[in-house]
Amino acid sequence: MIEEQVNNPRNSCGLCCTKIENFGVVRGGKDILKDVNLHIHCGEMTALIGPNGAGKTTLLKAILGEIKPSGSLQFLDHKGKHTGHPVIGYIPQHLYFDRNSPVSVLDLFCAVKSKIPIWLLESNEVKKEVKENLERVSSGHLLNKKLGHLSGGELQRVLLALSIDPIPDILLMDEPVSGIDQKGTEVFYQTVSELRENFDMSIILVSHDFSLVAQYSDRVALLDKTILSCGKPSEVFSSKEFINLFGEVWSRGLFDNKGGNQS
Amino acid sequence: MMNIWYSLVDFLLPFDWTNHLFMKNALLAVILVCPLFGLLGTMIVNNKMAFFSDAIGHSALTGIAIGVLMGLKNPILSMLAFSIILALAISAARKISLNSTDTIIGIFSSTAVALGIVILSKGGGFTKYSSYLIGDLLSISPNDLALLFMVFISIIIIWVLIFNKLFLASINKTFAVSKKVNTVLADTVFTLIVAVIVTISIQWLGILIINSLLVLPAASARNLSSNIKQYHAFSIAISLISGILGLIMSYYWGTATGATIVLASAVFYFASLMMVRIRN
Repeated sequence: MIEEQVNNPRNSCGLCCTKIENFGVVRGGKDILKDVNLHIHCGEMTALIGPNGAGKTTLLKAILGEIKPSGSLQFLDHKGKHTGHPVIGYIPQHLYFDRNSPVSVLDLFCAVKSKIPIWLLESNEVKKEVKENLERVSSGHLLNKKLGHLSGGELQRVLLALSIDPIPDILLMDEPVSGIDQKGTEVFYQTVSELRENFDMSIILVSHDFSLVAQYSDRVALLDKTILSCGKPSEVFSSKEFINLFGEVWSRGLFDNKGGNQS
Repeated sequence: MMNIWYSLVDFLLPFDWTNHLFMKNALLAVILVCPLFGLLGTMIVNNKMAFFSDAIGHSALTGIAIGVLMGLKNPILSMLAFSIILALAISAARKISLNSTDTIIGIFSSTAVALGIVILSKGGGFTKYSSYLIGDLLSISPNDLALLFMVFISIIIIWVLIFNKLFLASINKTFAVSKKVNTVLADTVFTLIVAVIVTISIQWLGILIINSLLVLPAASARNLSSNIKQYHAFSIAISLISGILGLIMSYYWGTATGATIVLASAVFYFASLMMVRIRN
Protein backbone atom coordinates (compact mmCIF):
# COMPACT_ATOMS: atom_id res chain seq x y z
CA MET A 1 0.00 0.00 0.00
CA ILE A 2 2.69 2.43 0.97
CA GLU A 3 4.61 1.88 -2.26
CA GLU A 4 1.46 2.51 -4.26
CA GLN A 5 0.92 5.84 -2.58
CA VAL A 6 4.46 6.96 -3.25
CA ASN A 7 3.70 7.24 -6.94
CA ASN A 8 0.96 9.62 -6.16
CA PRO A 9 2.24 11.81 -3.37
CA ARG A 10 0.58 14.97 -2.15
CA ASN A 11 2.43 18.23 -2.40
CA SER A 12 5.49 17.07 -0.61
CA CYS A 13 7.58 20.09 0.15
CA GLY A 14 8.45 20.72 3.75
CA LEU A 15 7.11 24.20 3.23
CA CYS A 16 3.63 24.00 4.57
CA CYS A 17 3.45 24.68 8.22
CA THR A 18 1.23 24.82 11.24
CA LYS A 19 1.57 27.81 13.49
CA ILE A 20 0.37 27.66 17.05
CA GLU A 21 0.34 31.20 18.33
CA ASN A 22 -0.11 32.32 21.92
CA PHE A 23 -2.13 29.32 23.00
CA GLY A 24 -3.47 29.64 26.50
CA VAL A 25 -5.79 27.44 28.52
CA VAL A 26 -7.13 28.42 31.91
CA ARG A 27 -8.95 25.96 34.11
CA GLY A 28 -10.25 26.61 37.60
CA GLY A 29 -8.52 30.01 37.60
CA LYS A 30 -5.14 28.39 36.96
CA ASP A 31 -3.07 28.62 33.81
CA ILE A 32 -2.68 25.16 32.34
CA LEU A 33 -1.02 26.55 29.22
CA LYS A 34 0.29 30.05 28.69
CA ASP A 35 1.79 31.79 25.65
CA VAL A 36 2.53 28.58 23.82
CA ASN A 37 4.10 29.27 20.43
CA LEU A 38 5.07 26.42 18.19
CA HIS A 39 5.72 26.12 14.46
CA ILE A 40 5.48 22.70 12.95
CA HIS A 41 6.70 21.94 9.46
CA CYS A 42 5.22 19.17 7.39
CA GLY A 43 7.16 15.95 7.17
CA GLU A 44 8.67 16.60 10.57
CA MET A 45 8.19 14.72 13.77
CA THR A 46 8.08 17.09 16.72
CA ALA A 47 8.31 15.48 20.12
CA LEU A 48 6.55 17.18 22.99
CA ILE A 49 8.24 16.42 26.29
CA GLY A 50 7.83 17.77 29.77
CA PRO A 51 7.16 16.74 33.36
CA ASN A 52 3.84 15.31 34.52
CA GLY A 53 1.16 17.99 34.63
CA ALA A 54 3.06 20.18 32.16
CA GLY A 55 -0.02 20.42 29.93
CA LYS A 56 1.09 18.11 27.12
CA THR A 57 -2.23 16.32 26.73
CA THR A 58 -4.06 19.62 27.20
CA LEU A 59 -2.07 21.10 24.32
CA LEU A 60 -3.09 18.20 22.08
CA LYS A 61 -6.73 18.65 23.08
CA ALA A 62 -6.48 22.37 22.37
CA ILE A 63 -5.02 21.70 18.91
CA LEU A 64 -7.89 19.29 18.26
CA GLY A 65 -10.47 21.79 19.46
CA GLU A 66 -11.83 19.66 22.30
CA ILE A 67 -10.71 22.45 24.61
CA LYS A 68 -11.07 25.99 23.34
CA PRO A 69 -7.75 27.78 23.80
CA SER A 70 -7.07 31.47 23.53
CA GLY A 71 -4.66 32.32 20.72
CA SER A 72 -4.75 30.95 17.21
CA LEU A 73 -3.93 27.92 15.15
CA GLN A 74 -3.00 28.60 11.55
CA PHE A 75 -2.32 26.10 8.87
CA LEU A 76 -0.45 27.40 5.84
CA ASP A 77 -0.03 25.34 2.68
CA HIS A 78 3.15 25.20 0.59
CA LYS A 79 2.37 28.54 -1.04
CA GLY A 80 2.06 30.12 2.34
CA LYS A 81 -1.69 30.48 1.90
CA HIS A 82 -3.97 30.12 4.83
CA THR A 83 -6.02 27.00 4.19
CA GLY A 84 -8.33 27.00 7.15
CA HIS A 85 -8.39 24.27 9.73
CA PRO A 86 -6.07 21.36 8.96
CA VAL A 87 -7.17 17.73 8.99
CA ILE A 88 -5.96 16.36 12.31
CA GLY A 89 -5.48 12.72 13.22
CA TYR A 90 -5.22 11.58 16.82
CA ILE A 91 -3.96 8.44 18.53
CA PRO A 92 -5.03 8.33 22.17
CA GLN A 93 -2.79 7.45 25.05
CA HIS A 94 -4.81 4.62 26.45
CA LEU A 95 -7.72 2.88 24.92
CA TYR A 96 -8.90 0.55 27.58
CA PHE A 97 -11.27 -2.14 26.42
CA ASP A 98 -13.22 -4.44 28.58
CA ARG A 99 -12.22 -7.77 27.07
CA ASN A 100 -15.87 -8.73 26.82
CA SER A 101 -16.86 -5.58 25.00
CA PRO A 102 -18.43 -6.87 21.80
CA VAL A 103 -16.73 -4.48 19.38
CA SER A 104 -14.75 -5.68 16.38
CA VAL A 105 -12.04 -3.78 14.52
CA LEU A 106 -14.44 -3.53 11.58
CA ASP A 107 -17.12 -2.00 13.85
CA LEU A 108 -14.74 0.70 14.99
CA PHE A 109 -13.75 1.64 11.44
CA CYS A 110 -17.33 1.61 10.19
CA ALA A 111 -18.41 3.91 13.02
CA VAL A 112 -15.88 6.43 11.71
CA LYS A 113 -16.36 5.95 7.99
CA SER A 114 -20.04 5.22 7.59
CA LYS A 115 -23.21 7.11 8.35
CA ILE A 116 -25.25 3.91 8.54
CA PRO A 117 -25.47 2.88 12.20
CA ILE A 118 -23.10 -0.01 12.77
CA TRP A 119 -25.69 -2.13 14.53
CA LEU A 120 -27.80 -2.14 11.38
CA LEU A 121 -25.53 -3.08 8.48
CA GLU A 122 -22.30 -2.21 6.75
CA SER A 123 -21.76 -1.80 3.02
CA ASN A 124 -19.30 -4.09 1.30
CA GLU A 125 -17.68 -1.01 -0.16
CA VAL A 126 -16.80 0.35 3.27
CA LYS A 127 -15.61 -3.09 4.34
CA LYS A 128 -13.21 -3.17 1.39
CA GLU A 129 -11.91 0.31 2.24
CA VAL A 130 -11.37 -0.73 5.85
CA LYS A 131 -9.40 -3.74 4.70
CA GLU A 132 -7.20 -1.45 2.59
CA ASN A 133 -6.72 0.96 5.48
CA LEU A 134 -5.58 -1.89 7.69
CA GLU A 135 -3.18 -3.15 5.01
CA ARG A 136 -1.40 0.20 5.18
CA VAL A 137 -0.15 -0.83 8.60
CA SER A 138 0.12 -4.54 7.67
CA SER A 139 -2.87 -5.49 9.81
CA GLY A 140 -5.46 -6.73 7.32
CA HIS A 141 -5.83 -9.97 9.27
CA LEU A 142 -7.24 -8.10 12.28
CA LEU A 143 -10.43 -7.02 10.48
CA ASN A 144 -12.89 -9.23 12.36
CA LYS A 145 -11.09 -9.50 15.67
CA LYS A 146 -12.65 -8.27 18.88
CA LEU A 147 -10.87 -5.15 20.14
CA GLY A 148 -10.50 -6.73 23.56
CA HIS A 149 -8.55 -9.62 22.04
CA LEU A 150 -5.88 -7.49 20.35
CA SER A 151 -2.41 -7.22 21.83
CA GLY A 152 -1.20 -3.74 22.79
CA GLY A 153 0.89 -3.48 19.63
CA GLU A 154 -1.94 -4.67 17.38
CA LEU A 155 -4.37 -2.21 18.94
CA GLN A 156 -1.90 0.62 18.43
CA ARG A 157 -1.49 -0.24 14.74
CA VAL A 158 -5.27 -0.36 14.32
CA LEU A 159 -5.53 3.09 15.91
CA LEU A 160 -2.75 4.34 13.65
CA ALA A 161 -4.65 3.08 10.61
CA LEU A 162 -7.79 4.83 11.89
CA SER A 163 -6.02 8.10 12.53
CA ILE A 164 -4.55 8.32 9.03
CA ASP A 165 -7.87 8.01 7.26
CA PRO A 166 -8.23 10.53 5.78
CA ILE A 167 -4.50 11.31 5.60
CA PRO A 168 -4.15 14.12 8.14
CA ASP A 169 -2.06 17.27 7.80
CA ILE A 170 -1.10 16.85 11.43
CA LEU A 171 -0.97 13.61 13.35
CA LEU A 172 -1.10 13.83 17.14
CA MET A 173 0.13 10.91 19.20
CA ASP A 174 -0.24 10.85 22.96
CA GLU A 175 2.29 8.34 24.31
CA PRO A 176 1.25 5.87 21.64
CA VAL A 177 3.52 3.04 22.75
CA SER A 178 3.15 3.13 26.52
CA GLY A 179 2.85 -0.42 27.72
CA ILE A 180 4.04 -1.98 24.46
CA ASP A 181 7.14 -4.19 24.30
CA GLN A 182 10.41 -3.21 22.64
CA LYS A 183 9.72 -5.05 19.39
CA GLY A 184 6.21 -3.62 19.08
CA THR A 185 7.53 -0.14 19.74
CA GLU A 186 10.15 -0.43 16.99
CA VAL A 187 7.64 -1.75 14.46
CA PHE A 188 5.25 1.07 15.38
CA TYR A 189 7.84 3.83 14.90
CA GLN A 190 9.14 2.27 11.69
CA THR A 191 5.59 2.37 10.33
CA VAL A 192 5.09 5.94 11.50
CA SER A 193 8.37 7.05 9.90
CA GLU A 194 7.41 5.50 6.57
CA LEU A 195 3.98 7.09 6.66
CA ARG A 196 5.46 10.45 7.50
CA GLU A 197 7.81 10.36 4.55
CA ASN A 198 5.21 9.07 2.13
CA PHE A 199 2.38 11.33 3.11
CA ASP A 200 4.28 14.38 4.22
CA MET A 201 2.49 14.63 7.54
CA SER A 202 3.48 16.76 10.48
CA ILE A 203 3.60 14.65 13.59
CA ILE A 204 3.40 15.79 17.17
CA LEU A 205 4.38 13.08 19.58
CA VAL A 206 3.95 13.25 23.33
CA SER A 207 6.42 10.92 24.99
CA HIS A 208 8.23 10.29 28.24
CA ASP A 209 10.67 7.96 26.54
CA PHE A 210 13.63 10.26 25.83
CA SER A 211 15.72 7.66 24.06
CA LEU A 212 12.88 7.05 21.59
CA VAL A 213 12.47 10.78 21.17
CA ALA A 214 16.20 11.17 20.52
CA GLN A 215 16.10 8.37 17.99
CA TYR A 216 13.01 9.23 15.96
CA SER A 217 12.11 12.90 16.26
CA ASP A 218 13.39 15.81 14.17
CA ARG A 219 12.59 18.44 16.73
CA VAL A 220 11.84 18.51 20.40
CA ALA A 221 9.72 21.00 22.29
CA LEU A 222 10.08 21.10 26.05
CA LEU A 223 6.78 22.12 27.62
CA ASP A 224 6.00 23.17 31.14
CA LYS A 225 2.91 25.41 30.87
CA THR A 226 4.78 27.18 28.09
CA ILE A 227 7.47 26.15 25.62
CA LEU A 228 10.75 26.36 27.55
CA SER A 229 13.03 25.15 24.83
CA CYS A 230 12.58 24.03 21.25
CA GLY A 231 15.00 22.75 18.63
CA LYS A 232 16.99 19.72 17.54
CA PRO A 233 16.92 16.88 20.07
CA SER A 234 20.60 17.33 20.91
CA GLU A 235 20.06 21.06 21.54
CA VAL A 236 17.04 20.62 23.77
CA PHE A 237 18.45 17.71 25.74
CA SER A 238 21.55 19.73 26.57
CA SER A 239 19.66 22.94 27.31
CA LYS A 240 19.71 24.53 30.73
CA GLU A 241 15.91 24.22 30.99
CA PHE A 242 15.97 20.49 30.31
CA ILE A 243 18.72 19.87 32.83
CA ASN A 244 16.84 21.92 35.44
CA LEU A 245 13.79 19.70 35.05
CA PHE A 246 15.27 16.27 34.47
CA GLY A 247 18.89 16.42 35.66
CA GLU A 248 22.12 15.97 33.82
CA VAL A 249 22.09 12.17 33.66
CA TRP A 250 19.59 12.09 30.83
CA SER A 251 21.12 14.88 28.89
CA ARG A 252 24.53 13.20 28.82
CA GLY A 253 23.34 9.61 28.41
CA LEU A 254 21.12 10.16 25.41
CA PHE A 255 23.64 11.16 22.83
CA ASP A 256 26.81 9.51 24.04
CA ASN A 257 25.39 6.00 23.78
CA LYS A 258 22.59 6.07 21.27
CA GLY A 259 24.38 7.66 18.36
CA GLY A 260 22.06 10.63 18.32
CA ASN A 261 19.04 11.39 16.27
CA GLN A 262 18.68 9.84 12.84
CA SER A 263 18.05 12.92 10.79
CA MET B 1 -56.04 1.45 13.55
CA MET B 2 -56.47 -0.47 16.79
CA ASN B 3 -59.13 -2.67 15.16
CA ILE B 4 -56.63 -3.87 12.59
CA TRP B 5 -54.28 -4.82 15.42
CA TYR B 6 -57.07 -6.59 17.36
CA SER B 7 -58.15 -8.73 14.41
CA LEU B 8 -54.51 -9.45 13.56
CA VAL B 9 -53.94 -10.78 17.07
CA ASP B 10 -57.18 -12.80 16.95
CA PHE B 11 -56.05 -14.31 13.67
CA LEU B 12 -52.43 -15.02 14.55
CA LEU B 13 -52.67 -15.79 18.27
CA PRO B 14 -56.04 -17.42 18.98
CA PHE B 15 -55.22 -18.16 22.62
CA ASP B 16 -56.93 -17.71 25.92
CA TRP B 17 -54.69 -14.84 27.03
CA THR B 18 -55.28 -12.79 23.88
CA ASN B 19 -59.03 -12.87 24.36
CA HIS B 20 -59.10 -9.65 26.33
CA LEU B 21 -58.70 -6.21 24.84
CA PHE B 22 -56.34 -5.14 27.65
CA MET B 23 -54.05 -8.05 26.81
CA LYS B 24 -54.03 -7.07 23.14
CA ASN B 25 -53.14 -3.51 24.13
CA ALA B 26 -50.46 -4.70 26.52
CA LEU B 27 -48.98 -6.96 23.86
CA LEU B 28 -48.67 -4.04 21.46
CA ALA B 29 -47.03 -1.97 24.22
CA VAL B 30 -44.51 -4.75 24.85
CA ILE B 31 -43.71 -5.00 21.15
CA LEU B 32 -43.07 -1.23 21.02
CA VAL B 33 -41.22 -0.72 24.29
CA CYS B 34 -39.08 -3.84 24.65
CA PRO B 35 -37.04 -3.49 21.42
CA LEU B 36 -36.36 0.14 22.33
CA PHE B 37 -35.12 -0.88 25.76
CA GLY B 38 -32.95 -3.56 24.22
CA LEU B 39 -31.51 -1.06 21.75
CA LEU B 40 -30.80 1.75 24.23
CA GLY B 41 -29.63 -0.68 26.88
CA THR B 42 -26.53 -1.59 24.88
CA MET B 43 -25.25 1.99 25.05
CA ILE B 44 -26.20 2.32 28.70
CA VAL B 45 -24.17 -0.77 29.53
CA ASN B 46 -21.26 0.39 27.31
CA ASN B 47 -21.15 3.77 28.98
CA LYS B 48 -21.57 2.28 32.45
CA MET B 49 -24.69 4.39 32.92
CA ALA B 50 -26.92 1.83 34.63
CA PHE B 51 -26.99 3.92 37.77
CA PHE B 52 -27.92 7.01 35.78
CA SER B 53 -31.01 5.45 34.17
CA ASP B 54 -31.98 4.13 37.59
CA ALA B 55 -31.85 7.69 38.97
CA ILE B 56 -34.04 8.92 36.11
CA GLY B 57 -36.57 6.21 36.93
CA HIS B 58 -36.66 7.16 40.58
CA SER B 59 -37.03 10.84 39.80
CA ALA B 60 -40.42 10.06 38.28
CA LEU B 61 -41.78 10.13 41.81
CA THR B 62 -40.84 13.79 42.12
CA GLY B 63 -42.33 14.46 38.70
CA ILE B 64 -45.62 12.98 39.87
CA ALA B 65 -45.48 15.02 43.07
CA ILE B 66 -44.91 18.24 41.15
CA GLY B 67 -47.80 17.32 38.85
CA VAL B 68 -50.05 16.81 41.87
CA LEU B 69 -49.01 20.18 43.32
CA MET B 70 -49.83 21.83 40.01
CA GLY B 71 -53.18 20.06 39.91
CA LEU B 72 -52.46 18.08 36.71
CA LYS B 73 -54.78 15.15 36.09
CA ASN B 74 -52.17 13.17 34.19
CA PRO B 75 -48.70 13.90 35.56
CA ILE B 76 -46.84 12.70 32.46
CA LEU B 77 -45.83 16.24 31.45
CA SER B 78 -44.43 17.19 34.85
CA MET B 79 -42.68 13.81 35.02
CA LEU B 80 -41.07 14.37 31.61
CA ALA B 81 -40.05 17.91 32.47
CA PHE B 82 -38.55 16.91 35.79
CA SER B 83 -36.64 13.91 34.48
CA ILE B 84 -35.16 16.00 31.66
CA ILE B 85 -34.12 18.72 34.11
CA LEU B 86 -32.60 16.12 36.40
CA ALA B 87 -30.75 14.44 33.53
CA LEU B 88 -29.27 17.76 32.41
CA ALA B 89 -28.43 18.72 36.00
CA ILE B 90 -26.55 15.47 36.52
CA SER B 91 -24.58 15.96 33.28
CA ALA B 92 -23.71 19.51 34.30
CA ALA B 93 -22.71 18.52 37.83
CA ARG B 94 -20.49 15.76 36.45
CA LYS B 95 -18.49 18.39 34.58
CA ILE B 96 -18.08 20.81 37.49
CA SER B 97 -17.88 18.63 40.57
CA LEU B 98 -14.84 16.90 41.98
CA ASN B 99 -16.95 13.98 43.20
CA SER B 100 -17.08 10.83 41.13
CA THR B 101 -20.06 10.29 38.85
CA ASP B 102 -21.75 7.60 40.93
CA THR B 103 -21.63 9.81 44.01
CA ILE B 104 -23.22 12.69 42.11
CA ILE B 105 -25.96 10.50 40.66
CA GLY B 106 -26.61 9.01 44.10
CA ILE B 107 -26.99 12.47 45.62
CA PHE B 108 -29.32 13.78 42.92
CA SER B 109 -31.37 10.61 42.82
CA SER B 110 -32.01 10.28 46.54
CA THR B 111 -32.70 14.00 46.90
CA ALA B 112 -35.29 13.75 44.13
CA VAL B 113 -36.92 10.66 45.63
CA ALA B 114 -37.01 12.23 49.09
CA LEU B 115 -38.59 15.39 47.72
CA GLY B 116 -41.20 13.32 45.89
CA ILE B 117 -42.09 11.26 48.93
CA VAL B 118 -42.28 14.33 51.18
CA ILE B 119 -44.73 16.05 48.84
CA LEU B 120 -46.83 12.97 48.10
CA SER B 121 -47.01 11.78 51.72
CA LYS B 122 -48.30 15.11 52.98
CA GLY B 123 -51.55 14.32 54.77
CA GLY B 124 -50.84 10.57 54.68
CA GLY B 125 -51.93 9.98 51.10
CA PHE B 126 -48.90 8.16 49.69
CA THR B 127 -50.63 4.81 49.11
CA LYS B 128 -52.64 6.43 46.30
CA TYR B 129 -49.44 6.63 44.29
CA SER B 130 -47.93 3.29 45.13
CA SER B 131 -49.23 1.88 41.83
CA TYR B 132 -46.39 3.79 40.18
CA LEU B 133 -43.90 1.74 42.11
CA ILE B 134 -44.81 -1.53 40.45
CA GLY B 135 -46.60 -0.22 37.37
CA ASP B 136 -49.68 -1.54 35.58
CA LEU B 137 -49.13 -2.54 32.00
CA LEU B 138 -52.64 -3.95 31.64
CA SER B 139 -54.17 -0.50 32.11
CA ILE B 140 -52.58 0.91 28.99
CA SER B 141 -55.09 2.64 26.70
CA PRO B 142 -55.14 3.13 22.91
CA ASN B 143 -54.27 6.80 23.50
CA ASP B 144 -51.22 5.81 25.51
CA LEU B 145 -50.29 3.43 22.73
CA ALA B 146 -50.49 6.23 20.18
CA LEU B 147 -48.09 8.31 22.28
CA LEU B 148 -45.82 5.32 22.69
CA PHE B 149 -45.84 4.73 18.95
CA MET B 150 -44.76 8.30 18.23
CA VAL B 151 -41.98 8.06 20.80
CA PHE B 152 -40.94 4.73 19.28
CA ILE B 153 -40.62 6.20 15.78
CA SER B 154 -38.78 9.33 16.96
CA ILE B 155 -36.28 7.44 19.05
CA ILE B 156 -35.54 4.96 16.25
CA ILE B 157 -34.89 7.85 13.84
CA ILE B 158 -32.64 9.72 16.30
CA TRP B 159 -30.84 6.51 17.19
CA VAL B 160 -30.07 5.76 13.56
CA LEU B 161 -28.73 9.29 13.11
CA ILE B 162 -26.51 9.54 16.19
CA PHE B 163 -25.46 6.01 17.00
CA ASN B 164 -22.04 6.00 15.33
CA LYS B 165 -21.13 9.33 16.88
CA LEU B 166 -22.28 8.22 20.29
CA PHE B 167 -20.37 4.99 19.91
CA LEU B 168 -17.12 6.81 19.11
CA ALA B 169 -17.62 9.16 22.04
CA SER B 170 -18.18 6.19 24.33
CA ILE B 171 -14.85 4.69 23.24
CA ASN B 172 -12.67 7.78 23.62
CA LYS B 173 -13.87 11.39 23.79
CA THR B 174 -10.76 13.00 22.34
CA PHE B 175 -10.56 10.45 19.56
CA ALA B 176 -14.21 11.15 18.72
CA VAL B 177 -13.45 14.89 18.59
CA SER B 178 -10.60 14.21 16.16
CA LYS B 179 -13.19 12.53 13.94
CA LYS B 180 -15.36 15.66 14.03
CA VAL B 181 -17.95 14.32 16.45
CA ASN B 182 -19.77 16.85 18.61
CA THR B 183 -19.49 14.73 21.74
CA VAL B 184 -21.36 17.14 23.99
CA LEU B 185 -24.35 17.18 21.65
CA ALA B 186 -24.33 13.40 21.20
CA ASP B 187 -24.18 12.82 24.96
CA THR B 188 -26.95 15.30 25.66
CA VAL B 189 -29.26 13.79 23.05
CA PHE B 190 -28.62 10.33 24.46
CA THR B 191 -29.32 11.48 28.02
CA LEU B 192 -32.58 13.06 26.88
CA ILE B 193 -33.67 9.95 24.99
CA VAL B 194 -33.12 7.82 28.07
CA ALA B 195 -35.02 10.31 30.23
CA VAL B 196 -37.97 10.34 27.82
CA ILE B 197 -38.35 6.60 27.28
CA VAL B 198 -37.93 5.75 30.96
CA THR B 199 -40.45 8.39 32.03
CA ILE B 200 -43.01 7.51 29.38
CA SER B 201 -42.93 3.81 30.28
CA ILE B 202 -42.77 4.13 34.03
CA GLN B 203 -46.47 4.10 34.80
CA TRP B 204 -46.80 0.74 33.05
CA LEU B 205 -43.59 -0.91 34.11
CA GLY B 206 -43.00 0.51 37.58
CA ILE B 207 -40.37 2.72 39.20
CA LEU B 208 -38.78 -0.11 41.15
CA ILE B 209 -37.90 -2.35 38.24
CA ILE B 210 -37.83 -0.31 35.06
CA ASN B 211 -34.05 -0.04 35.06
CA SER B 212 -33.63 -3.82 34.93
CA LEU B 213 -35.43 -3.81 31.61
CA LEU B 214 -32.78 -1.49 30.22
CA VAL B 215 -29.82 -3.29 31.69
CA LEU B 216 -30.59 -7.02 31.73
CA PRO B 217 -31.10 -7.72 28.00
CA ALA B 218 -27.99 -5.75 27.02
CA ALA B 219 -25.92 -7.35 29.77
CA SER B 220 -26.99 -10.82 28.61
CA ALA B 221 -26.29 -9.98 24.96
CA ARG B 222 -22.84 -8.72 25.89
CA ASN B 223 -21.99 -12.15 27.23
CA LEU B 224 -22.93 -13.77 23.94
CA SER B 225 -21.66 -11.47 21.17
CA SER B 226 -18.41 -10.74 19.42
CA ASN B 227 -19.42 -7.66 17.44
CA ILE B 228 -21.83 -4.75 17.58
CA LYS B 229 -24.42 -6.26 15.28
CA GLN B 230 -24.74 -9.45 17.29
CA TYR B 231 -24.77 -7.38 20.46
CA HIS B 232 -27.79 -5.41 19.30
CA ALA B 233 -29.59 -8.32 17.68
CA PHE B 234 -29.31 -10.43 20.86
CA SER B 235 -30.25 -7.54 23.11
CA ILE B 236 -33.38 -6.68 21.13
CA ALA B 237 -34.38 -10.33 20.78
CA ILE B 238 -33.91 -11.12 24.48
CA SER B 239 -35.80 -7.99 25.47
CA LEU B 240 -38.71 -8.77 23.15
CA ILE B 241 -38.92 -12.45 24.05
CA SER B 242 -38.81 -11.82 27.79
CA GLY B 243 -41.41 -9.07 27.32
CA ILE B 244 -43.86 -11.40 25.61
CA LEU B 245 -43.10 -14.35 27.90
CA GLY B 246 -43.45 -12.15 30.97
CA LEU B 247 -46.79 -10.80 29.75
CA ILE B 248 -48.20 -14.29 29.15
CA MET B 249 -46.93 -15.65 32.46
CA SER B 250 -48.26 -12.70 34.42
CA TYR B 251 -51.66 -13.38 32.89
CA TYR B 252 -51.74 -16.98 34.02
CA TRP B 253 -50.10 -16.36 37.39
CA GLY B 254 -52.04 -13.21 38.15
CA THR B 255 -48.82 -11.30 38.91
CA ALA B 256 -47.57 -7.78 38.13
CA THR B 257 -46.56 -7.71 34.49
CA GLY B 258 -43.48 -5.51 34.71
CA ALA B 259 -41.89 -7.60 37.44
CA THR B 260 -42.67 -10.83 35.60
CA ILE B 261 -40.97 -9.48 32.48
CA VAL B 262 -37.89 -8.59 34.52
CA LEU B 263 -37.80 -12.10 35.96
CA ALA B 264 -37.93 -13.54 32.44
CA SER B 265 -34.99 -11.39 31.34
CA ALA B 266 -33.09 -12.29 34.50
CA VAL B 267 -33.44 -15.95 33.47
CA PHE B 268 -31.83 -15.01 30.13
CA TYR B 269 -29.04 -13.22 31.92
CA PHE B 270 -28.14 -16.15 34.13
CA ALA B 271 -28.38 -18.50 31.15
CA SER B 272 -25.93 -16.26 29.28
CA LEU B 273 -23.55 -16.37 32.26
CA MET B 274 -23.70 -20.18 32.16
CA MET B 275 -22.91 -20.12 28.45
CA VAL B 276 -19.84 -17.96 29.06
CA ARG B 277 -18.65 -20.44 31.67
CA ILE B 278 -19.22 -23.42 29.39
CA ARG B 279 -17.42 -21.71 26.51
CA ASN B 280 -14.39 -20.89 28.61
